[in-house]
Amino acid sequence: MVVGRTATEERRADLIFRALADRTRRDVIRRAMSGTLSVSALARLYPMSTTAVQKHVAVLEEAGLVHLRRHGRQQLVQTEIDTVAKAQALLAEFEQLWRGRLDRIGDVLAQPIDGDRA
Amino acid sequence: MTVIAVDRDPIARTLTIVAEFDKPAERVWQVWADPRQLERWWGPPTYPATVVDHDLSEGGRVTYYMTGPEGERLHAWWRIISVDPPRSLAFEEGNAYDSGPHDDPPTTSIKVRLVETHEKTTMTITCRFAPTPDGEVPGAGTEKGMRLAVGQIDAILTTTWP
Repeated sequence: MVVGRTATEERRADLIFRALADRTRRDVIRRAMSGTLSVSALARLYPMSTTAVQKHVAVLEEAGLVHLRRHGRQQLVQTEIDTVAKAQALLAEFEQLWRGRLDRIGDVLAQPIDGDRA
Repeated sequence: MTVIAVDRDPIARTLTIVAEFDKPAERVWQVWADPRQLERWWGPPTYPATVVDHDLSEGGRVTYYMTGPEGERLHAWWRIISVDPPRSLAFEEGNAYDSGPHDDPPTTSIKVRLVETHEKTTMTITCRFAPTPDGEVPGAGTEKGMRLAVGQIDAILTTTWP
């Protein structure tokens, strides 16, 4: 857990990363960058039913990673690059957390071990 | 300590960070293996960690809490996936709401690898957020498409994220 982050931010981070925790959904995000693929066009790319693909798209939409827009009779899927960038920013937060930890490990290693017999 | 490399992959939801220490691997390993040393670096100064259980064996549990400025306690746990002292450690981490059962799904899986060369040790830490339980083996077909698209994403992120 990242200390100092609010519960809402924590939930949002969780929602984004859980949405990304699936190979098909990650692939959808990559392919929907240009926003020219419809749900049914995406469905043809995977060995699963259109309904299954629709469910994946719904999870992505809930996490704010894609949005759907009408184009004639089709529903086009568009990746929300801002949310991908948000995931990137979350990783940057974790990077700061780990940089702090690594600094402190350096300090621990520079000192003799507590209760050292030496 | 010097951080020598960092890689953030938002879609793979991984953070990899590589640091170098001026100590042999056996010594660096102790910061994980000795709970009293672990306590000195795991939590930030404002949220120091207290390690309760510390069983660094395969399937073993580590439980700890961090104490905040108001005296509040944030409980969390590790489940050890694999351990090979002083070379590697893999575990899952999750939050707990008190010191009770730890059946929440893990929030992160963490892999630690130590490589010693000439009295120096590089430690590579890989964190994967919201880890999938059954591992991932991307199909060869999608992999190629993914690599292509990763380039695209990098390009977009560089423009939106200076």
